[in-house]
Amino acid sequence: MKPFEALDSVAVPLAQSNVDTDQILPARYLQKPRADDFGAYLFRDLRARMRGSNEPPFVLDQDPYRNGRILVAQRNFGCGSSREHAVWALYDHGFRAVIAPSFGDIFASNALKNGLLPIVLPEAAVAALLKILRATPGARVIVDLATQTVVAPGGTVHEFSVDPFAKHCLMNGLDELDYTLSQVQQIVDFERRYNADSVNTGRRR
Amino acid sequence: MNSMTDKSEPQTLFEKIWSRHRIMERPDGQVLLYIDNHLVQDGSAPAFEMLRRRGLAPRAPDRTFATPDHYVPTDSRDLDSMPDPEKRRMAQALQQDSARAGIQFFGVDDPRQGILHVVGPEQGLSWPGTIIVCGDSHTSTHGAMGALAFGIGATEVSHVLATQALWQRKPKTMKVSVEGALTAGVSAKDVVLRIIGEIGTAGATGHVIEYAGSTITGLTMEGRLTVCNMSIEAGARAGMIAPDDTTFQYLAGRPFAPKGKDWDEAVARWRTLPSDPGARFDREVTLNAREIAPMVTWGTSPEDVIPITGRVPDPAAVPQADRREALARALAYMDLAPGTAMTDVAIDHVFIGSCTNGRIEDLRSAAAIIKGRKVAAGVEAWAVPGSGLVKAQAEAEGLDRIFRDAGFQWRYAGCSMCLGTNGDVVAPGKRCASTTNRNFVGRQGPGSRTHLLSPMMAAAAAVTGRFIDVRQLMQGAA
Ligand code: SF4
Repeated sequence: MKPFEALDSVAVPLAQSNVDTDQILPARYLQKPRADDFGAYLFRDLRARMRGSNEPPFVLDQDPYRNGRILVAQRNFGCGSSREHAVWALYDHGFRAVIAPSFGDIFASNALKNGLLPIVLPEAAVAALLKILRATPGARVIVDLATQTVVAPGGTVHEFSVDPFAKHCLMNGLDELDYTLSQVQQIVDFERRYNADSVNTGRRR
Repeated sequence: MNSMTDKSEPQTLFEKIWSRHRIMERPDGQVLLYIDNHLVQDGSAPAFEMLRRRGLAPRAPDRTFATPDHYVPTDSRDLDSMPDPEKRRMAQALQQDSARAGIQFFGVDDPRQGILHVVGPEQGLSWPGTIIVCGDSHTSTHGAMGALAFGIGATEVSHVLATQALWQRKPKTMKVSVEGALTAGVSAKDVVLRIIGEIGTAGATGHVIEYAGSTITGLTMEGRLTVCNMSIEAGARAGMIAPDDTTFQYLAGRPFAPKGKDWDEAVARWRTLPSDPGARFDREVTLNAREIAPMVTWGTSPEDVIPITGRVPDPAAVPQADRREALARALAYMDLAPGTAMTDVAIDHVFIGSCTNGRIEDLRSAAAIIKGRKVAAGVEAWAVPGSGLVKAQAEAEGLDRIFRDAGFQWRYAGCSMCLGTNGDVVAPGKRCASTTNRNFVGRQGPGSRTHLLSPMMAAAAAVTGRFIDVRQLMQGAA
């Protein structure tokens, strides 16, 4: 994982709640190898449907937003299936942070493990941010993980919280598994105690 | 058992399981939990690949169990018949990865193959008091056995394979009580849809739900599995139900359940698991079962649910602009006009199956409605058992004949049209009455329109060609 860098980027307003991982990454791309550019599959069906309609194109296909690295959405972003591919698609497209009032639990956990920062801000702060972004297409937002702040286009500063360990891993490009493996003796000791109790192992052939 | 918790403090079922699996705590407060049981499905190739890249092997293959479900064909048992080489590779990779690691594997040629969340309980792999994880969000299903069971992502799957442990921040707890007797034609599926309608799809985010109350304890094990299955649709990390005699009777004698003296000791221990009187939950919600009718969804989120007697809501009646837009978007996608009676909505497809409703009782309840009737003209109806053993049991009871005689397709076990990754999809613009768990945009195939309901309600829709209150078709109905 690459270390997370401070972001100063166009922010993309996606004023929808309950954006589920089936929308973010349609299921028929789940068998694609990780080496693929999953950015090509991001919101694939939604984008195709809007291209084929009389409505304006999907926000990612509108000019000022194409290279945005920060996504702003409404509540319960990333709900639904546990597919990590949804995070890969956002990441490969170039996103490094998603701001929303709440996230699907599994999505948020997957995101942190792949260099995508899920930022929870209060509903009112997100609503205000979305309003600015829609009024001023292409407005920039700053996300600084070190200070745990989001700076909105007007200069308003929002603080956010993040697990200190996840922050440490993100900032240094570290992997949780390395840390766990360094603690393996603890697992060995637990396992010895635990498996000595037949109730925990009764089935184990 | 290393229970070092303060005995004076009453504990919830969740807290008891959590504390017994705690290996260590990190400075940021996350806890490393020991995993009793890791279920692995055929979407797990990326996780095995991550492991290989780091030169690691699964740490506890005897606590790992695999069966393919998402990619397998349901019209044949021949993987070579799959036209898409990438999908075929997914199904085959699980077999190879399992064989290499010495992981117990039920392939498509084994009658025990099926959807993991059907197979786990059916094989007696899912025990009370254990922690069960799987790279699939509906792992919450196994919580019905009195376990803490939750879905994880691919990186976490590789972490569990490598260490048999997982970091978690302690979630909050929520108690959902349902009290009273269910009325005829109302099933566990309607109960959980009603709960989701009540609290919303983010209603339990960050929480583990414990379902309780006389309605829940009165459910069969299979009904409980259906309820816990959809915990994730309420945003919950997991859903669980205290183990009791229903649980033990269901589990006794199953292939991977403890036997003899081990069984007696296990049951004695499991009886100590239910939440202590006075145990505190962060949130509590109570529902009355008598107010629950057969439910059906109208929109593109499981919270978009109403009784079958209801009408499609009107966006104009919604004060908040963003909610109004969301509602209008959902109705446009679903091609429904505000105010339409649900019973006036015609369907093209019926799908009975999935980890929510692919068990024998589900098939029995649907067959009871279908028996002696025919699938309506123009409707394509499928019944897809949740496992090979469910299929065999249904065939032994003659249920397959009832489905076939009515005009249903009777297929092999797998996830099938719940998600369509194996190619079983609903065509664009078509409307499906589905016993599954998600009605998201495009869930059953690009442009598909999904309505969630119970197996009885799906059966009723199949024979009438539109949604109908199943109570009108039940014996003794006027
Ligand atoms: S049946 Fe559907 S929800 Fe269940 S595991 Fe399969 S795809 Fe997922």
